[in-house]
Amino acid sequence: MEFISNHILTLILFLPVLAAVVVLCLPKDNLKAIRWTALGASLIPFVLTIILWAQFKPGQPGYQFEQQYAWYSAIHSTFHLGVDGLSLTMVLLTTLLTPLALLASFSITDRVKAYMSLFLLLETGMLGVFMAVDLLIFFVFWEVGLVPMYFLMNQWGSEKGEREIWKGVKVQARNYASLKFIIYTMGGSLGLLLAIQLLGVTFQTYDLPTLARQWTTLEGTLLGLPVATVKAVAFWAFVIAFAIKVPVWPFHTWLPDAHTEAPTAGSMLLAGVMLKLGAYGFLRLVLPLYPAESSKYAGALAFLAVMAIVFGAFASYGQKDFKRLVAYSSVNHMGFVLLGIATAAKAPGTLDATIALNGAVLQMFNHGLSAAGMFFLVGVLYERTHTRNLDDFGGLFPLVPIYGGILIFTSMASLGLPGLNGFVSEFLVVRGSWPVLTIYTAIAMLGLLFTGAYILKGLRSILHGPLNEHWAKGKHKLTEINTREIIVMAPLMVLILIIGIWPAWILEVINKAVMILF
Amino acid sequence: MQFPFLGVIVFTPLVAALVILMYKPEWKKAIRWTALAAGLFALALSIWVYFTYDKAAAGYQFIEKYNWMPMLGISLHFGVDGMSVPLVLLTGVVMVTGVMISWGIEDRPREFFAFLFILASGVFGVFASLDLFMLFFFYEIAVFPMYLLIAIWGWIKTREYAAMKLTLYLFIGSMVSLVGALVMYWTSGQHTFDMLVLETVKFTPAFQKIWFLPVFLGFAVLGGIFPFHNWSPDGHVAAPTAVSMFHAGVLMKLGAFAALRVGIMLLPEGAKFWAPLIMGLALINIVYGAFIASVQTDFKYVIGFSSVSHMGLVMMGFATLKPEGLLGAGVQMFSHGVMTALFFAVVGMVYDRAHTRDIPKLGGMIKPLPLAGIGLIIGSLVSMGMPGFSGFVAEFPIFMGIWKTQWIVAVIAAVSIVVTASYVLLVVRRVFFGKMPEEFEGHITPIRTHDKIALVLLMALMIGIGWFPSLMVPWVQTGVQHILALLGGA
Amino acid sequence: MTTLLPILPEILLLALGVLILIIDPFLKNDEIRRPFLGWFTAGGLLVTLTLSLLLARPAGPILVFGGMLRFDWFGFLFKMFFIFAADVTALFFMDTDKLNRRAEAYLLLVAAGLGMCLMASSADLVMLYLAIETTSIPLYLLAGFLKDDEKSTESGFKYLLFGALTSAVLLYGFSLIYGFSGTTSLYDLGSHFAKFDLLAVGVTFMVLAGLAFKVSLFPFHFWAPDVYEGAPTPVAGFLSTASKAAGFAVILRLLTASFPIISADWSLILAVLATLTMTVGNLIALAQKNVKRLLAYSSIAHAGYAMIGVVAFSQLGVASVVFYLIGYVLTNLLAFGIVGIVGRVTGSDDFSAYAGLSRRNSALGLAALVAFLSLAGMPPFVGFVAKFFVFSAAIETGWTWLAIVGVLNSIIGLYYYLNVLKYVYLYRMENHDEDRHPLTVSRHVAVTLAILVAGILLFGMLFAPWFTLVSNATGTLF
Repeated sequence: MEFISNHILTLILFLPVLAAVVVLCLPKDNLKAIRWTALGASLIPFVLTIILWAQFKPGQPGYQFEQQYAWYSAIHSTFHLGVDGLSLTMVLLTTLLTPLALLASFSITDRVKAYMSLFLLLETGMLGVFMAVDLLIFFVFWEVGLVPMYFLMNQWGSEKGEREIWKGVKVQARNYASLKFIIYTMGGSLGLLLAIQLLGVTFQTYDLPTLARQWTTLEGTLLGLPVATVKAVAFWAFVIAFAIKVPVWPFHTWLPDAHTEAPTAGSMLLAGVMLKLGAYGFLRLVLPLYPAESSKYAGALAFLAVMAIVFGAFASYGQKDFKRLVAYSSVNHMGFVLLGIATAAKAPGTLDATIALNGAVLQMFNHGLSAAGMFFLVGVLYERTHTRNLDDFGGLFPLVPIYGGILIFTSMASLGLPGLNGFVSEFLVVRGSWPVLTIYTAIAMLGLLFTGAYILKGLRSILHGPLNEHWAKGKHKLTEINTREIIVMAPLMVLILIIGIWPAWILEVINKAVMILF
Repeated sequence: MQFPFLGVIVFTPLVAALVILMYKPEWKKAIRWTALAAGLFALALSIWVYFTYDKAAAGYQFIEKYNWMPMLGISLHFGVDGMSVPLVLLTGVVMVTGVMISWGIEDRPREFFAFLFILASGVFGVFASLDLFMLFFFYEIAVFPMYLLIAIWGWIKTREYAAMKLTLYLFIGSMVSLVGALVMYWTSGQHTFDMLVLETVKFTPAFQKIWFLPVFLGFAVLGGIFPFHNWSPDGHVAAPTAVSMFHAGVLMKLGAFAALRVGIMLLPEGAKFWAPLIMGLALINIVYGAFIASVQTDFKYVIGFSSVSHMGLVMMGFATLKPEGLLGAGVQMFSHGVMTALFFAVVGMVYDRAHTRDIPKLGGMIKPLPLAGIGLIIGSLVSMGMPGFSGFVAEFPIFMGIWKTQWIVAVIAAVSIVVTASYVLLVVRRVFFGKMPEEFEGHITPIRTHDKIALVLLMALMIGIGWFPSLMVPWVQTGVQHILALLGGA
Repeated sequence: MTTLLPILPEILLLALGVLILIIDPFLKNDEIRRPFLGWFTAGGLLVTLTLSLLLARPAGPILVFGGMLRFDWFGFLFKMFFIFAADVTALFFMDTDKLNRRAEAYLLLVAAGLGMCLMASSADLVMLYLAIETTSIPLYLLAGFLKDDEKSTESGFKYLLFGALTSAVLLYGFSLIYGFSGTTSLYDLGSHFAKFDLLAVGVTFMVLAGLAFKVSLFPFHFWAPDVYEGAPTPVAGFLSTASKAAGFAVILRLLTASFPIISADWSLILAVLATLTMTVGNLIALAQKNVKRLLAYSSIAHAGYAMIGVVAFSQLGVASVVFYLIGYVLTNLLAFGIVGIVGRVTGSDDFSAYAGLSRRNSALGLAALVAFLSLAGMPPFVGFVAKFFVFSAAIETGWTWLAIVGVLNSIIGLYYYLNVLKYVYLYRMENHDEDRHPLTVSRHVAVTLAILVAGILLFGMLFAPWFTLVSNATGTLF
C-alpha cells in the first residue's frame, strides 16, 4: 500500500502500457479474453484515480503526489510527474472515459488485439500530458498520443467514403482524415518543439515551475533579439500548437474529418479527452509562461473563441451527417473553454477571471462527458443502420424509446439545459467573461442560440416526425439499445446529472486550483 | 596484461572470413553458421566492452598498443572512448542482424560472407583505431569489399554503375583526407601517427584553416554530406539487403566518425572556422534529403534519401560544436544506424517476396508480414523523431545545439521533421496497409525465425534507448567532454 | 675465393646458364625436356638465391674489382629480387607452349638476370653499359621468341629498335661524361659534376633518356604497350617487373653517386615527367579492352608512382621507391601469371576471356582480386603501403602537389582495375556453365601464385621489418 501511494501516478500512467503488452500476448482468437482483459485492466487506473481524488488536498498549492526520476540528465530533463486540481480533473476524465470507450468497442471484431492495445497505449499518452511537470516529458507524451490515434483512425475508421485530394486522385476518407490529423497536429507542434528547445537551452532546465518563474522575469536580449520579441514569437508558437488541438478556429479543419472517420470509441476519446489536451496546454503552459503576451493578445484569442462558438454552431446546423454535426458541436463547445481562458488572460487574478476559468475547466470536463456520450450514441445508431445521414432517419422514437430517451438527455446536456452539467459550465464562462470581454460574449450568445437550434434539429430529424418505414420492419428493423451500451452511457448520464444539480464536489477542486494558479 | 578485447573484436571477422574462404562452396550450412558464430562472438565482446567501460574515468579505455613501425611512428593502437564505444556496439549489432537477414543467399554465400566480414573488420578497425595510419588502413579495407558485394549480389539493374560510383567516390574522399593527414603528420614534427599525441599538437591556425576542410570533407563524403552524397542513394538501392544495412547503418557513420576524429578533434581551430559552412551543407542535407525522399516511388530510394537527410543531422550536430549538439550527433549515429538497418531489412523482406519495390504496385503486406510491418512502423516513428524512441533522444539535443549556434537553422531544419513524417507514414500505409494486389496473393511467404529475431532486436534497441536514454547518453557524454576539451583548449 | 663472393650470384647464374646449354642436347625428347628444363632452371635459381643469401651478404659498402662494382646492401637486395623474379618466371615458362621446350629461352632468362644483377651493383660507366646490354639483348630475343606469332615478332623488333636507339644515346652520354670528367667511376663523378653546369644538363638528359626508356617513363614509354602485348606473357611479366626495377636501381645509384647536386635541380623535371607518366599511363589504360595491354599501361603508370619517391629524394623517399618496386614486382608477377593461365586456356587476353573466372576457379579469382587490388593500392595488400610511403615521402619534402597528382591517378587506376575484377567476379560465360569449363592450374604454378599472394599480404600487413631492411639497404647507397 505504501508502494501504491508513493508511486500512484506512475502506476496510473504505465499500467495501461503493461496491460497492452499483456493483451498482445493473448491468443488472437479468444476475443472474449482480449476484451475483458483490456476492460479490466483499464478499470484499475480508474480506481486508483478515485483513490487519488480522495486523498487529494484541494487547497494545497503546488503539485501533489510528485514523482521525479532522473531521465535525460544530459539535457537537464527529469521524469517529473505531479497533479494539481487542474490536472487531476483531467486525469479523472481520462481514466473514466477509457474503460467506457473500451466497453463501447466490444462490437469491434477486426484485429481486436491490436485495437485494444492501441487504445491502452493511447490512454498512457493522454495521461502523461496531464501528469507532466517537466516540459520535455509534456512534449514526449503529447506526441506519443498521436500515433495510436493515427492507427486507430486509419485501420478501424469508417470504411465507406472517399476524398479526392488532387488531380482526381481519390483516397479513402479515413486515410485522408488520419493523415491530415497527424500531420496537422505535428506541424502545429513543430513550433512548440522549437520553443521548448529554446527554453531548454536558455534555462538549462525543463522543470515547469522553475521555467515559469525564470521565463517571465527574463530581461535583455535573447538570440540577438529583444526578449519581448522572442517571447511574442514563442507565445504564438505555443498558441498555434495548442490552438490546433483544441481546436480553435481557423485551425479546426482537421477535426470534422478526423472525428467523422474515426471509429466510435476513437471519436469518444478524441473529442472527450484529446481536445482537452490543447485546452490544458493553454492553462498549464501558455497562461503561466506568457502572462504579459496573453493579456496583450487576449482580445485576439477571444475573437477566435467566439468565431469557434458561432461558426461551429452554424456549421453544425448545416450538417446532414449526424457524426459531423456532433464534430462541429465540439468546435462550438470548446470555443467556450477558450473564451474563459481569454478572459483569464485579459484580467488575471480578478474574480471574473476566476469564475470564467472555473467555467472553462468545468466545461472541459463536461464536454468530455457529453461529447463522448453523443459520439457513442451516433455509433450505436450507425452500427444498426450503417448510415449517418440525418435524412435517412425519421420518427424513430417509437421504435427505440430507450435510445431516444438517452439521446435526448445527452443532447440536452450538450445544449446547456439548466439542471444538466452543460449549463453550469457555460453559465460560469459567460458570467466571468461578460464584464471583461463584453462584445465577444454578446456575439457568443448568438452561437448559444444556434446550439439549441442544431441540437433540436438533429433530434427532430432522427427521433421525431413521420416514421421512416425503412427501419420499421424486415431485416432493417431497428433494435433497441442493448445492456452493454446502456452501461456505457450510464456513468456519463449520472455524472451529467450530478454535476448539473450539485457541481460542488468537482468545482471545489477546480476552484481551489484555479485560485492558486491564477 | 588484460585480454585484448578490441584487437579480438577487430580481427575476428577477418579470421572468420579466411576460415570461410577455405570451406568448399557447397558447405552452405557451415558457412552460414560459422558466420553467425563469429558475429555473435564479436557482438558479445562489444556488449561486454560497452558495459564495462568506466564512465567515471572517461577517456580512452581498453587500450592496446603494438609498435608496428617505429621508424615512422606507426603502431597498431586500439582504444575506445565514449563516442566510439556505442559505434562498436552498433557494428556488432548490424553484423549479427545482417548475417541473419542474409541467411537465404544462395549464390556463392562463401564469397558473400567472406567479403562482408572483411568489410566488418575494416569498420571495427576504424572505430577502434587510435593510430592515424591504421585508421586509413582499416578505412580502405572497409571500402573495397563494398564494390564486390554490390556488383556481384546487388540489384541487377543498377549494380555495376552504383558499385563503381560508390567505390570511386569513397576512395576519392579518403585519398583527399589521406593527403591532409600526411601533411599533418609531417607538420607536427612528432614523427608519430599516434592520434593521442596528435591531439596535443597545436597546429597553427593558418594551417588548420587550410587543411581542415579537405580532411573533414574527405571523410564526410562517406557520411553523405551534400554535395558529395550522390553515391549514397544509388549505392543503397543497388546493394543486397545486408550490405545496405551495413552501408547506411554503419559505413556512413564511419565517415562521420572519422571526420570527427581526424577533422574536428585534431584540427579544432579549423573546425571552428569552417563550422558555419558545414552547418549550411548539413542543413541542405536535412531538408533537401527529406524533400527528395518524399517524391520517390521506389521503396528503397525513399530510405536511401532519408539516410542522407538523417546523416545531415549528425553532421549538423558536429558542426554546432556545442555539448548538446555533439551529444545528439553521437546518439543519432547509433539510433539512425539501428533504424536504417531495420528499414532495409524490412525492404529486403518485401522485395524478396514481391520482387518489386515500386510503391504504387505494393499493398496489404501487413497481413502476411505482420512483424515486418510493425518493424517498419516503429522505424518510421524513429525517423520522424517521435518521442518515446531513440530518434527523439538523438534529435532533440541536436536542435538544442543548433539553437545555441544559429537559431534560424533550427527553424528551417525543423521543417524536415514534418516532411519526413508525411512521406514515411504514407509509404508505410501504401506498402503495408490497403489492399494487396492480386498478383501477390499466396506468394508472400512469412518471414523466418532468424528474420524475426533480427527485427525484434533492432526494435528493442530503439524503444529501449527512447525510454531510457541513460542506456546510452552517459557514454556519449564522456566522449563529448573530451571533444569539448580539445575545442576549448585549442 | 673470398674476393669472388661479391659476384657469387653472377657466377652461379653463369654456371647455371652454361649447364642448361650443355644438358639440353642430352634430353631425349620434348616430354622430358619441358618439365626438366623448367624445374632445373627454377631449382638452380633457388639454389643461387639461397647460397647468395647465406654466403654472399655484404658487410659494408666497398668497391670491388677495381671499382667496377660496388658491393653493398642496396645492390644485393635488388639482386635477390631479380633472381626471385627470374625463378617465378621460369616456373611460368614451364606452362608456356613455345617457350618450354627451348633451352635457349631459359638461358636467355638467366642471362638477362645476370645482366640485371650487374646493373644493380655497377659502379663504373663501362660496366654499367655492359650490364645494360647484357640485360637488354636477351630480352629483345625473348620478346620476339615466338617466331610464328606476328605480334611477338613485331614486339621483339620494336623493342630492339627502341632499345638500340636509346642505348646509343646512353652510350654517347657516357662518353661525354668521360670526356669531361676523365673518369668512368660513378663514385668519382660526383665532384666533377658540380662544375660543369651547362654540360651537365645535356649529359644528364641523355643518360636519363636512356634509363627512362628502361623504366618506361614518359616520353620514352611508347614501346611498352606493344612489346608487352606481343611478347609471351611470362616474358612480359619479367620485363615489366625485373627489368624496370633494374632501371630504377641504376637511376637511384646515379642520382646519389654521380649527380647529387644536380638532382635537386632536376627534381622539378622529374616530377613533371612522373606526373605525365602516371597520367598518360592511367588515362590510356582506361580505354583498353585487352588485359595485357591494360597491364602494360598500368606498368607505365606505376613507374610514375615510383618516380615520386625518386623526386622526394630523402632517406624515406629512396627507401619508399625500393619498397614500392618490391611490392610492384610481386604484384605484377602475380597479375601476369594469371594472365598467362587465362591466355593459355582461353587463347585470348581480352576482357571477355575473364568472364566468370571466379566461378571456374575460385582460388584463381581470389588471386586476381589480390593482384588487382594491390595494384590499385588497397589495403591489406602491399600496394597500399607502398603508395602510402611514396606519398608520405613526397609530402615530407614539400612535394604535396605531386602527392595529390599521385592520389588522383590512383583513383583512375582503381576504376580500371575494378573493371577487370568485374569480369572476373560478376560477368558470366555465355551459357552460365562455368562448372563444365573449369580452369585448371598446374600445381607448381598454383604454388607459385600462392607464394606471391602470401608475399603481397605479408608485405602489406607486416611491413615494418621489410621496410626497415630496405631503408637500411638504401642507406648504404650514400
